[in-house]
Amino acid sequence: MGGYVVRRLLLTIPIMLGVALVCFMLVHLSPGDPLVSVLPPDASQALREQMISLYGFDQPYVVQFFKWLFNALQGNLGTSIATGRPVIDEVLVAAVNSLRLAVLATLLGFCFGSLFGFVAGYFQNSWIDKLASMLSIFGVSVPHYWLGMVLVIIFASQLYWLPATGGGPTGSDGWQWDWDHLQYMILPAITLSVIPTGIISRTVRAVVAETLAQEFIVGLRARGLGEAAVFRHVVKNAAPTALAVMGLQLGYLMGGSILVETVFSWPGTGLLLNTAIFQRDMPLLQGSIWVLALFFVSLNLCVDIFQALLDPRIERS
Amino acid sequence: MSDLQPAAMVETRGLKVRFEQAGKRIEAVNGVDLSVSRGEALALIGESGSGKSVTLRALMRLHPERSTRIEGQIEIEGRELMAMSRGELSRLRGGEVAMIFQEPLLALDPVYTVGQQIVEGLRRHRGLSRSEARARALEALKSVRIPSPESRLDAYPHEMSGGMRQRAMIALALSCHPKLLLADEPTTALDATVQIQILILLRELRRELGLALIFVTHDIAAAAEVADRVAVMYGGRIVEMAPVRELLRAPRHPYTIALLASRPDGGLAKGKRLETIPGSPPDLAALPPGCAFAPRCRHAMAICSSQLPPSERIDSEHLVACHWAMGRSDADPYTQPRQEERMDR
Repeated sequence: MGGYVVRRLLLTIPIMLGVALVCFMLVHLSPGDPLVSVLPPDASQALREQMISLYGFDQPYVVQFFKWLFNALQGNLGTSIATGRPVIDEVLVAAVNSLRLAVLATLLGFCFGSLFGFVAGYFQNSWIDKLASMLSIFGVSVPHYWLGMVLVIIFASQLYWLPATGGGPTGSDGWQWDWDHLQYMILPAITLSVIPTGIISRTVRAVVAETLAQEFIVGLRARGLGEAAVFRHVVKNAAPTALAVMGLQLGYLMGGSILVETVFSWPGTGLLLNTAIFQRDMPLLQGSIWVLALFFVSLNLCVDIFQALLDPRIERS
Repeated sequence: MSDLQPAAMVETRGLKVRFEQAGKRIEAVNGVDLSVSRGEALALIGESGSGKSVTLRALMRLHPERSTRIEGQIEIEGRELMAMSRGELSRLRGGEVAMIFQEPLLALDPVYTVGQQIVEGLRRHRGLSRSEARARALEALKSVRIPSPESRLDAYPHEMSGGMRQRAMIALALSCHPKLLLADEPTTALDATVQIQILILLRELRRELGLALIFVTHDIAAAAEVADRVAVMYGGRIVEMAPVRELLRAPRHPYTIALLASRPDGGLAKGKRLETIPGSPPDLAALPPGCAFAPRCRHAMAICSSQLPPSERIDSEHLVACHWAMGRSDADPYTQPRQEERMDR
């Protein structure tokens, strides 16, 4: 087991370097003037060139990349062009907000997805299976920004049960675990959880169906085990897959919730990325993508290790 | 236990098994009468699709209930299997009747160790504590002569070799001391040398434990190693049943004769032709009204394709269901008419 963890850890190094390179290239190859947000439109050419050399944009890409990488490895992701604050601070604050939301949404998705998936897989082709399949297809296919707006219309504008947007009551600084803050999380979390619910339930259903079709299920019944015991065996066989999908979903939600965070003005990485893109804030964009990628990779690492703990067959391969 | 003391371990009368699949009706087993007494070993042999495994699984009601129809009677020690409640059934399965499978890698749960799986059954059927069950599991592994049984207890199925897995499967099946063991082609997936070891193990365990055994195989030599009697199945029916020696010495049914002729007996001499059975096994969704073997039979007569041959006794232990065999029952069974021309149907 130890050897597996070390091997898996070492494998993340080239992955992170690759990710750094790709996100550096994407950011620099995309069109747009990085200084548009700090320079007035009528700025002189001299000032412009001074700014360019200040940010290092005049150096060759290779030099820029290694400089950035060298700093990034020491935790310095540069300074946001738009706000002048260190990118790392901006990203960490946003990442914690997103993480909170993503964890809640994934937990919701995992609970409902597993429930639907196990029930649908166990009672294949029954009406319960069809209902669960319908719900999960709805979950995967409905555009979630649209669902977010519909939820806002119903629960905020019409019923006044929950606040429509924001990351906490106005005037409050930072997050607290009380109802005043929590109520802001409910609608975005539900909106975000719809996709993982659908994906997890589809995956779990398929795994459960596949497990049930295996010969050892007949073997278990032939040993006189009751349905509850058989179900326990099915769960243990399906758990690694369910867990892997859940981990990936958490990763997607960390960075992939741009639309939903924008709809709800949730101060997370999605909103941050959105702002960075529109303001051509290259250091901020590059830094946040890299931090998100780092998060995604370490999440995958955890999932793989956890999976190896659950499934004895993985380590040897 | 039962007031009918000589009651058979297993008895089926008119057993029929039908599967409904995508609107098609598969007639897998079509009236099987068999009886196995305590401590006796019966081999069911036949090609794939002959209904032998389906018959075996019906004896534990292992077929999916929604898509399967079982008719006829199955009695286990005089108790009607089809009338058993869920609780009775699960006490029977594993506790009194156990099963071993063709491919133990598929029949064991891959994410539980062998020990965990044996312990689970022991706790279910014998109500043992965890440590008692573990000790018994170790005993069970020792009884199937697995090398270094202590370490096998914590091994996963994929960490063992094929022969060792089959031994573990047998240990699992026998750990709760059943009275009847159902073996579904337990040696088919194994290497030839391991096959012999497993067959010898089964024979020894059967003697030691006084176990009744129903052994499904397509390998007549394997059947001869462990069984007292052999039932030959074709198209979901028993076409011939006799004590092993009698069947090998004097087969009556053309299918049995062909089956015996089609094995490379003691190594084929160079240049000698291996006898094969022409044609293919019957379509179980469209069985003919007469004998299912008639289309492939070199002795088929007009009556064969229209009328089902009844199962008749040649002597007290030898049954055969064949118009041709009964017509010549007084003839010498050795004169197998090899060069005879096939009759037109």
